[in-house]
Amino acid sequence: MSVNRATTVVRVIPCLDVDNGRVVKGVNFVDLRDAGDPVELAAIYDQQGADELVFLDITATSDDRQTTVDMATAVAEQVFIPFTIGGGIRSVEDARRLLRAGADKVSVNSAAVARPELVAEIAAEFGNQCCVVAVDGRSSKATPSGFEVFVKGGREATGIDVVEWVKNVVDLGAGEILLTSMDRDGTREGFDIAMTSAVSHAVNVPIIASGGVGTVNDLAAGVTDGGADAVLAASIFHFGESTIADAKAALSEAGLTVRPA
Amino acid sequence: MSQTLNVAVLDYGIGNLRSAQKALQRVGANAELTADRAVIDAADAAVLPGVGNFGACMQALHSTGLARAATEFAGTGKPFLGICVGMQLLFEKSEESDEPGLGLLPGTIRLLPDTVKRPQMQWNKLCFAHLPGAGAHPLLQGLDDAWMYFVHSYSAEAGPEVIATVDYGGPVTAAVARNNVWATQFHPEKSAESGRRLLENWVDWAAANVDTGDGSRSNQKDTK
Repeated sequence: MSVNRATTVVRVIPCLDVDNGRVVKGVNFVDLRDAGDPVELAAIYDQQGADELVFLDITATSDDRQTTVDMATAVAEQVFIPFTIGGGIRSVEDARRLLRAGADKVSVNSAAVARPELVAEIAAEFGNQCCVVAVDGRSSKATPSGFEVFVKGGREATGIDVVEWVKNVVDLGAGEILLTSMDRDGTREGFDIAMTSAVSHAVNVPIIASGGVGTVNDLAAGVTDGGADAVLAASIFHFGESTIADAKAALSEAGLTVRPA
Repeated sequence: MSQTLNVAVLDYGIGNLRSAQKALQRVGANAELTADRAVIDAADAAVLPGVGNFGACMQALHSTGLARAATEFAGTGKPFLGICVGMQLLFEKSEESDEPGLGLLPGTIRLLPDTVKRPQMQWNKLCFAHLPGAGAHPLLQGLDDAWMYFVHSYSAEAGPEVIATVDYGGPVTAAVARNNVWATQFHPEKSAESGRRLLENWVDWAAANVDTGDGSRSNQKDTK
């Protein structure tokens, strides 16, 4: 798809894993009274100049989903940048509760693979702009593009081609794709550029590149080579190795436009 | 401001309204989400939010009776602010839907060109120095080159009501104003400090235009 890349203002998006309304996975900020408090962390990233936030709900049981709605409520009280909540959303009603609580977008993943109409239902009810589809991909010989959709945190193959799947969900109404490389996730080797590029050239909605960022110097390639519109990272920010300003400086040095931190 | 501004945020069941309410409260307004005609009529100022599909929003506005409430509120001359699709609804029509808009502002909402990604889902920088008129509109005081958060696939065509644009494959309408009806394509409630400043500008201006209680409206003026 030939779009004017010069118009993109690259978004830097920290991702927070949340279990029962608490941030997990070793967040390590100095001066943080409570490293598990999603509101406090979100406010810090807001102050640092993050462009958006993504909360990934890894709560095991659906009985505890109300804690995630409560978290969205609390975040919306104090944080005035857009935020997305993903994980465990299986119905329009799940999405509605989070959006009414103050989330700007919801992200669906496994539930959309199980029942693709969910994407159309959320888009029809709330608009494409709040319907993010998260796609976990891995390189694979089983599918034409060489990348296969995985679910269950990258453990379960689906036989679905990543590029075909993304085209399909965009046709159904997805307004944005959060594309995570399960090959790269946690490796700190940088984004999977080949997969990101294959997806960004196939559709005309914004793509968030995710998985594999080891330093802020890995971020720009997701945009310049991968064709993504936004970059997502977790550990480099949470462990205090880099600030949002560092990330934006690196993107700027690579010739990309960012909102100054 | 000497008294708290009562703002009715029109709640017609669409999208995330809590953020708008919280952001208005943060700048000192008493903001209430409401579909109650009496509450709306009694308010000092009103906000028309909106996300998603233009036609779906208009249908929801009609089915809740808020299309008429919004039009009549705007007709009283009290401060009225549209946000995002809430801005688009103020116009006569949109390429997104056969459903007519409220028609408070002249013109058509048009699809962004296919040379750019749709939606525009990003922060972008306001500019208004290139527009006719002397300097910033009161809504935009202190916000030259300010960054705001946009999520939209359609935008208002160029016209005399445009008070700010952003560059997205060419100038795209970012804010409009005509008399008491002001609106932004971006989400001030999601635009961090610059969004806070814009809402503060609006609330301060609205508070200066609140009915003084003697039956007259103070400082009512045409700002464009």
